[in-house]
Amino acid sequence: MTAYHFLSLSIWLPILAGILVLAAGSDAHPARVRWIALVGALLGFAVTLPLYGGFQDDTPAMQFVELASWIPAFNITYHLGVDGISLWFILLNSFMTILVVIAGWVVIEKRLSQYMAAFLIMSGLINGVFAALDAILFYVFFEAMLIPMYLIIGVWGGPRRVYAALKFFLYTLLGSLLMLAAFIYLYFEAGGSFEILRFQMLPLPLGVQILIFIAFFLSFAVKVPMWPVHTWLPDAHVEAPTGGSVILAAITLKIGAYGFLRFNLPITPDASHALSGAMIALSLIAVVYIGLVALVQNDMKKLVAYSSISHMGFVTLGIFMFNAMGVEGGLLQMISHGFISGAMFLCIGVLYDRMHSRQISDYGGVVNTMPRFAAFFMLFAMANAGLPGTSGFIGEFIVTLSAVQVNFWYAALAATTLVFGAAYTLWMYKRVVFGEVANAHVAGLKDIGCRETLFLAVLVLAVLGMGLYPKVITDTLHASVQQLVEQASTPKF
Amino acid sequence: MSFATPTLVPVYPEIFLLVALSAILLADLFISEPRRFLTYAYTQLALVGTAAFLVLGATGEVTTLFGGMFVDDPMARTLKLVAVLAVALMLAYARVYNQQRGLFRGEFHVLILFALLGIMVMVSANHFLVLYLGLELLSLSLCALIALQRDSARATEAAMKYFVLAALASGLLLYGLSMLYGATGSLQMALVSDAIMSGASDPAILVFGLVFVVAGLAFKLGAVPFHMWVPDVYEGAPTAVTLFVSTAPKIAAFAFFMRLLVGALGPLVSDWQTMLVIVAVLSMLVGNVTAIAQTNFKRMLAYSTISHMGFLLLGILSGSVGGFAAAMFYVVAYVLMSLAAFGIMLLLSRDGFEADQLEDFKGLNKRSPWTAFMMLLVMISMAGVPVSVGFFAKLSVLSAVLDAGMTWLVVYAVLMSLVGAFYYLRVIKLMYMDEPVDDTPLQGEADHRALIGVNSLAILVLGILPQPLIDLCMVSITQSMRG
Repeated sequence: MTAYHFLSLSIWLPILAGILVLAAGSDAHPARVRWIALVGALLGFAVTLPLYGGFQDDTPAMQFVELASWIPAFNITYHLGVDGISLWFILLNSFMTILVVIAGWVVIEKRLSQYMAAFLIMSGLINGVFAALDAILFYVFFEAMLIPMYLIIGVWGGPRRVYAALKFFLYTLLGSLLMLAAFIYLYFEAGGSFEILRFQMLPLPLGVQILIFIAFFLSFAVKVPMWPVHTWLPDAHVEAPTGGSVILAAITLKIGAYGFLRFNLPITPDASHALSGAMIALSLIAVVYIGLVALVQNDMKKLVAYSSISHMGFVTLGIFMFNAMGVEGGLLQMISHGFISGAMFLCIGVLYDRMHSRQISDYGGVVNTMPRFAAFFMLFAMANAGLPGTSGFIGEFIVTLSAVQVNFWYAALAATTLVFGAAYTLWMYKRVVFGEVANAHVAGLKDIGCRETLFLAVLVLAVLGMGLYPKVITDTLHASVQQLVEQASTPKF
Repeated sequence: MSFATPTLVPVYPEIFLLVALSAILLADLFISEPRRFLTYAYTQLALVGTAAFLVLGATGEVTTLFGGMFVDDPMARTLKLVAVLAVALMLAYARVYNQQRGLFRGEFHVLILFALLGIMVMVSANHFLVLYLGLELLSLSLCALIALQRDSARATEAAMKYFVLAALASGLLLYGLSMLYGATGSLQMALVSDAIMSGASDPAILVFGLVFVVAGLAFKLGAVPFHMWVPDVYEGAPTAVTLFVSTAPKIAAFAFFMRLLVGALGPLVSDWQTMLVIVAVLSMLVGNVTAIAQTNFKRMLAYSTISHMGFLLLGILSGSVGGFAAAMFYVVAYVLMSLAAFGIMLLLSRDGFEADQLEDFKGLNKRSPWTAFMMLLVMISMAGVPVSVGFFAKLSVLSAVLDAGMTWLVVYAVLMSLVGAFYYLRVIKLMYMDEPVDDTPLQGEADHRALIGVNSLAILVLGILPQPLIDLCMVSITQSMRG
């Protein structure tokens, strides 16, 4: 297994492609830039496929491990590996990058090469976050990722882009700096090692665990984002270009939940249990309250942004149920949300590229002029509402099921999302797509072309495929999740 | 101890530099204005020669000379080499700028070399008076350099401020040193340390002297509450001189702390540790918070320097070999970043136009994506965000502090770097997200651009592979402490 360097490739190939795009592409040759970027993204996805092909379902151990000394002075290693928890995020990320490149194909006119390069570099860095098994390596990827994202929002975003970009950066940095302090503390506790797996074995007294939990929590809760540190997300989403929104919603939010699974639960299990009440409360507030907030949005992107927060509330709820079903449900919900939210933002992007408005009130009767698009949008809206048969249903269903086992009322509150989710998504859909043609702009809309049909169709396959046959994914999760749940239930002091 | 004539090999670099600069001073008289480039070339040659002596003469041993007044150890070698390289780079960055402003004269180059000599003497000082000698050589040269633009009222004002405050700080320092002399009966660092260890000296006088010494040191470093001169000097001096002030003298200041506090006053560590904690905490706070309010890029960097010096002190105050090595790593990383930041500023300046306002960076990405990217690297490094050498500098310092058991200080420092990130990000924002106010294509010589590239990419490369630099600092410190 160690003979292959697929993880390294999945990290460095997109980054190299990004540098190549920067070097080769000037805005005078947009075609060249696009094709290099597409080839880079496709290759980047291709090298992640063997990760799934060669993955062994029956072991919770890290696979495709690569270990090399990086900075011996601090015993920092270049240590990569995946287990069932991280595997799918690498695939998802590399896959979404292709869609982002295609989605930005003709739409981005300003500094195209820098745009493509930023996405490719970020794609590599995100793969690094999911594959890193050394805390500093993780931190380096985690932080470095902020810079391209900051530029993506700030350079290619909407009118309030600069404010949104700064808010995004500073919120995230606050959390991660405290996490760095926690890492350094654990480094000394672990006898001079930054190995995440060794951190997980450390016996720590409850007081220390709680402090470390809080440091991690601040870092990851901002990323998820959990209520009440979610306020950067609607701003960032609304102002980001379509591709930025897709990557933000589909991938970077998952890093927060992944962090809970990789750091909080195994490293500070007792603190996790001690504080689980608060975590569950925050998750339920996100699910219910943010669901209601989504209902009253006038801006389509904002609506989907709030719906993302609400859906991520399900993920954190599942995680803090401390049973295998909850964690698996959370993971499924994350993967599914990656596809669905990505698709929703791409759909809104399709409309925005034509109308340059995200206001629901500017639309109406789109189905009359864009029937093909309306069909795709319908399916994704249903998936976002959690329709059985789509991927959106499974995760929510399993998490609710696991919550019933713990406390009926948790489940009852969580299940309200099936109502609210349907309400805000379908209501928006109705106002935008159905009815009379609202104005001359809508009357002049052109239906989607081949390029747009292509990326939406691919996502339809993903959403339906996962909804109808989730076993492909769940089989790879069991072993790792089982081990995680055991770690999380074993007291450490 | 043998009675043989002392070998002068360890001081060859200083002797060579002194001879070379005297020769340049004389030769410059006979160089006509159109051929002034020769002075610059000779100066660079002198620096190359000094660097060669430093590298070739390195023994890895600790040698003392002149009755123990002068010490040559690996730490001194490394720091001197960094200082020489910084000066060489700085002169290359400043060449065109100086030519356009009538500063491309013999005086400029000779004064810089004098200041460098002062730095080298300080770095190797093993005796209070030698230390003071180097310090004054540096301070007076700097003062003249700052005032070099005679007609500029701001430069003259900055020079006055610097001179008066430097004199005050020297007074404080000397007063403190005289106390220490009174208490221990010696001016030699090692003997002072031994005398304190023996417990024969009066602790009250020692601590009294220590307070003055720390105040003098904090002034030289530009740490709060002795930081007032920093922003004014940075702003008032010609950018080429600011570039110098913000780089090589910081190396001297680090050596100053190492020789005086660690070398001579090491036994009083628990006393100076508390003082440095206060100074560091204040520096990080005042530096970072005040930097936010600046509109002048040079002033912003001045406050950013103050906060960086606070970070540097964190390494020293942790009081361990690891901490000293971390501080040394930090100072080298800082010099690298500061050189690049001011170098890019000089690149943006042109005849009759100083790119010293934050606004001047607006839309740089449109005017020159390459330069903007280099500046981006410098800014993320200063903010301590990976992938950059600044991140590992912060990481080493913070881990040293945590190792010393001061967890709260780590959390505080981390929060302060969050404040710092704000104004570094603002520069990135100006470059990438705003429209240029000034569409003039960038001028600047090919060598300047290439060196900026090397400098900034060094920040990136050392941010990916910091091990060689960490090792270098660790080895220098451990070998020097052993002696």
